Amino acid sequence: MVTRRRVLWATAAATMLASLVPGSAALAADTIRIGEINSYSGLPAFTLPYRNGWELAVEEINAAGGVLGKQLEVISRDDAGKPANAVKIAEELIANENVALLSGTFFSHIGLAVSDLAKQRKVLFVAAEPLTDAIVWEKGHKYTFRLRPSTYMQAAMLADEAAKLPAKRWATIAPNYKYGQDAVTAFKELLLAKRPDVEFVDEQWPALFKIDAGATAQALLAAKPEAIYNVTFGSDLAKFAREGKLRGLFENVSVVSLLTGEPEYLDPLGADAPEGWIVTGYPSTEINTPEHTAFRDAYKARYDALPMLGSIVGYNTMKAVAAIITAAGSTDTDAMIKAAEGLTVQSPTGPFTFRAIDHQATMGAYVGKTAVKNGMGTMVDWTYADGADYLPSDEEVRKMRPAD
Amino acid sequence: MSVLEVERLVKKFGGVAAVREVSFSLGEGEILALIGPNGAGKSTCFNMLNGQLRPDSGRIRLLGRDTVGLSPRQVWRRGVGRTFQITATFTSMSVRENVQMALLSHHRRLYALVPLAARQYREEAERILDLVGIADQAERSCGVLAYGDLKKVELAVALANEPRLLLMDEPTAGMAPRERIELMALTADIVRKQGISVLFTEHDMDVVFTHADRIMVLNRGELVAEGAPQAVREDPLVKQIYLGAGHA
Amino acid sequence: MSFFVVQFLTGLASAASLFLVACGLSIIFGVTRIVNFAHGSFYMLGAYLAATIVATLPVGIFSYWGSVLVAALVVGLIGIVVEIVVLRRIYHAPELFQLVATFGVVLVVQDLTLAIWGPADKLGPLAPGLDSAVNIGGQLLPEYDVALIILGPAVLGLLWLLFHRTRWGTLVRAATQDREMVGALGVNQRRIFTSVFFLGACLAGLGGAVQIPREPISLMMDLNVIAEVFVVVVIGGMGSILGAFLAAVIIGELNAFGILIFPEITLVLLFLVMAVVLVIRPRGLLGKPELTVGAQPAQIAAIHLPGPATKLAMGVLFAVLALVPLFAGDFLLVLLIEVMLLALFAASLHFIMGNGGMVSFGHAAYFGIGAYGAALAVVHSDSPMELALVLAPTAAGLAGLVFGWFCVRLSGVYFAMLSLAFAQIAWSVVFQWYEVTGGDDGLLGIWPSEWASDRFAFYYLSLIIVAGGVLMLRRMIFSPFGYALRAGRDSPLRSDAIGINLRHQQWASIVIAGAFAGLAGGLYAFSKGSVFPDAMSIPRSVDALVMVLLGGVDTLAGPLVGAAALIGLEDAISRFDYWRLILGLVIILICVTAPNGIVGSLKLAFAGRRERE
Repeated sequence: MVTRRRVLWATAAATMLASLVPGSAALAADTIRIGEINSYSGLPAFTLPYRNGWELAVEEINAAGGVLGKQLEVISRDDAGKPANAVKIAEELIANENVALLSGTFFSHIGLAVSDLAKQRKVLFVAAEPLTDAIVWEKGHKYTFRLRPSTYMQAAMLADEAAKLPAKRWATIAPNYKYGQDAVTAFKELLLAKRPDVEFVDEQWPALFKIDAGATAQALLAAKPEAIYNVTFGSDLAKFAREGKLRGLFENVSVVSLLTGEPEYLDPLGADAPEGWIVTGYPSTEINTPEHTAFRDAYKARYDALPMLGSIVGYNTMKAVAAIITAAGSTDTDAMIKAAEGLTVQSPTGPFTFRAIDHQATMGAYVGKTAVKNGMGTMVDWTYADGADYLPSDEEVRKMRPAD
Repeated sequence: MSVLEVERLVKKFGGVAAVREVSFSLGEGEILALIGPNGAGKSTCFNMLNGQLRPDSGRIRLLGRDTVGLSPRQVWRRGVGRTFQITATFTSMSVRENVQMALLSHHRRLYALVPLAARQYREEAERILDLVGIADQAERSCGVLAYGDLKKVELAVALANEPRLLLMDEPTAGMAPRERIELMALTADIVRKQGISVLFTEHDMDVVFTHADRIMVLNRGELVAEGAPQAVREDPLVKQIYLGAGHA
Repeated sequence: MSFFVVQFLTGLASAASLFLVACGLSIIFGVTRIVNFAHGSFYMLGAYLAATIVATLPVGIFSYWGSVLVAALVVGLIGIVVEIVVLRRIYHAPELFQLVATFGVVLVVQDLTLAIWGPADKLGPLAPGLDSAVNIGGQLLPEYDVALIILGPAVLGLLWLLFHRTRWGTLVRAATQDREMVGALGVNQRRIFTSVFFLGACLAGLGGAVQIPREPISLMMDLNVIAEVFVVVVIGGMGSILGAFLAAVIIGELNAFGILIFPEITLVLLFLVMAVVLVIRPRGLLGKPELTVGAQPAQIAAIHLPGPATKLAMGVLFAVLALVPLFAGDFLLVLLIEVMLLALFAASLHFIMGNGGMVSFGHAAYFGIGAYGAALAVVHSDSPMELALVLAPTAAGLAGLVFGWFCVRLSGVYFAMLSLAFAQIAWSVVFQWYEVTGGDDGLLGIWPSEWASDRFAFYYLSLIIVAGGVLMLRRMIFSPFGYALRAGRDSPLRSDAIGINLRHQQWASIVIAGAFAGLAGGLYAFSKGSVFPDAMSIPRSVDALVMVLLGGVDTLAGPLVGAAALIGLEDAISRFDYWRLILGLVIILICVTAPNGIVGSLKLAFAGRRERE
């Protein structure tokens, strides 16, 4: 009796398992399927505007007749912020959904995980948001392209501005993980190359999203810097900005700050947004080129909200995907790779090119100063920094990137 | 040769002496009872003998070897079996498995990873269960056993160590009066056959005077009387302790 | 000099908010023995509610503090709902089972918060009247920090009065010492538990509410704070409010001054301190002895050697799994590989937890060390998969040798938390040691050898290793070694009395369990092609716990069924936007309807029916 029960539930477990798995999707001949992965539940504040962006692009593409005469169909999945999940989902998208290529990801390590899988499974991967330099350099390979301006590029943009400042005593604050480390290393190198006279007097490494802002601000104060390079973002940035202001950290101190001009990070600060920080970002309300105005209007009409940086990245990603397939004339992976190398894509933020040498897009970022207008943070005196101008020489890239 | 020799054993808790200078010895095959009113220091004394407490001073010699500082585990290894006042058995195991567990330990097979524990020393375990009269309960879980039977399991577990000395802390506590006599008679019968020495504490005076060869009386941490049951029964000091100080 | 004074005061201010949340957790644990994962959710809700309420009121000192108080009270009420609807039904479930239910609550609250308040972070207003800084010898200290520095000890004092000067407090203290006794006194135990939960949740809500001028409200607040408060509670000693206060101050100050000397310390400081404290004081600073986790079930389930039918069932399951590749698509194999590897991981935890009574909150350490052991061998010395798969369990077993030596000196929740500390220390090492481990960017290119790179082959490799591993673990549970381990779980007193060296036995079992977890981790790395620090992170450890408890901790098949259920469920619903809500509700439902776990409750149901027949 005891044992019969065990048989019962053992088979029950097995059938439950089997029933949980959907059957392989039938080959859909009338659409081109794109696999899309991002950390929707892990970081909704950043990934939901991103999703809005690519959804808008897909609607526009399909309304205009699709790609190669077929509609684009995006199979989008949530990796919950876990790289192992992302890999599992990518496997599913490849095996069960017959996607033509993979796109998306936000976190650097997840981007790298999917990129490595793409290499193993010989599938094209258009990385949208991850910032890590490794994805196109040290760990780069022929199957992965990356859209967003990388850590190095954005640090280089800020190092240019920082070099113009009189400050000589610099302190850095960055979240304690690879992105923070890379951002500080690149900035230090590039600034010292331009200004050998500066010295770095302190560095703070709060744990990501767990900054003890008061103590950290205090520690920076003790070092008496003339300028601060900030890499913290999100809730860390808000805490740091507020504590620093209350404690007088930013008085007579220049601040150069990575990504802070992105609406994702600036908006939550409201009227508390710092003023006069030199930042990279995306002043979506201020960019009035015809292409961008059209995009902004369409976005506002569709979502009743202003586009965020994620929105433009999502939008540009899907437009780039469409452009790649169109240029390749098929969804054959090798054909798409060949077409993508050197391909120039038109976008609301201006044209960008996927460099053949490292598959990095030359999409740029906006560099300017923060200000508060109508109780909201915004960017002033900004210029568009074209990504092409902030990448290392081909020779240096060849040294870093393994040959295919 | 005496199995157990205790010399000037002392234990204090926060400056208060719970056991003061207790000395006694236990001969081979002897059944010795330790009695006294509540708080007299019986349990403290017992716990020092079985290794649970370390005495502040004094000596304990088991079969001629010093045991002060040994843990209960090491005391077991010296050939001591032990039963608890409130039974402690392995409730997820059957009665037989409880005894097998003790046998596995006795034969130093605790680190074997491959054989099936339930098939080790099965006959031996059943023989011991038969000896204490609960062979019919062998397959039942200790979690559902009647209290009197649990006490017998404890005895069986203690016997599995082929002990030279049995330490029994109130072996009949919590049992019905008739069961008590039965259990103690059974115990006495077994130990006399096997030549095992016994030290036990007990509240039930019938049990004590029926089965002990010798009785020690502890009061306020001191040994106040010692001798054959009859002599102790007549001792005026013992009478006074048991009847209360008011009668002095 | 004034710099150090201000830094010290800053540390005290951080300690205050930490203390508020921690003392609530400590009080709840002290009385109900529930390890409440949802405590961070109460904290987060407090912040969201306070910010929402304060925004609707005119700016002012009273409206600000009024909002804070109302938010705390509302969170207290939410706590009551959770207690009555969920926890009350499962107080008598096996040790720690309630933890799974509170994990479900965490998921539900996360998605509800997202649905109600949206994804974006929100920065609350500065507290009116406390919106600037005081000058201390030329150094500025925010006024609000001063308020917090006063608030912490004030709450401590009020709690002391509540516990020592009211009848309710006396009862609660008595209940902390001995739950049964309070029941015997004829006091309504239910009401005490509910009111304690209310108070604990209130304090968490208050802790969150007072944070709104200091940090933006975000959906990450719950998980960010929960590990930290657990550490504070454990360092202080479970159930001790004063201990929690001391621990919060120690953590606050060590952090404030630690970053001056060694800024990278922030990652691991908390867990280093906890490890050191627990090694020196096994029950925390002010913890009282003999606190066991959860209620001991009246009767611990026995285990039985498999009969012919069970063997047949296992054979059928194996045969089914062996035949799956013949008709299943690629992805089903991917999913089954994942289920199998995590089932082995869960079974290894069950080996020490179900059989040995050692609950580990850090079992992912071994899984991760195995994964990294294999990956490092591949990346740095180009070793083939076969060798890497030998190194994985070896590395994890060695880690078990080191961690286990310390852990077996502790018991109950302290054992669990010391394992967590070691896991977090290991995590921070791989997270930070960029040159070797690649830091959070992980190690890539960990693909199987040529012969196993085909999915078919890798599936069968996994099936054979997992089946072999599970069978070996099973066999060991029935061996004298496994029995001795279980003896120690049933009665440490009796095991000691029959010569079992329990610590030694437990230590060895941790090495064994670690090795099998490491083997699962090593294979896992090859199945994913990459390995990241999250392989040994807290969520991974929680996964294992949930699998074991969900399946049924007292059953041998529990971990396997738990793994299949959790992974299958996650995969089936992850296509939905609010999948966490669904998963949370399903977990809660399982907890309430099957308080002995899926397998355990099925067994009981069948046994019950048999008895009636």
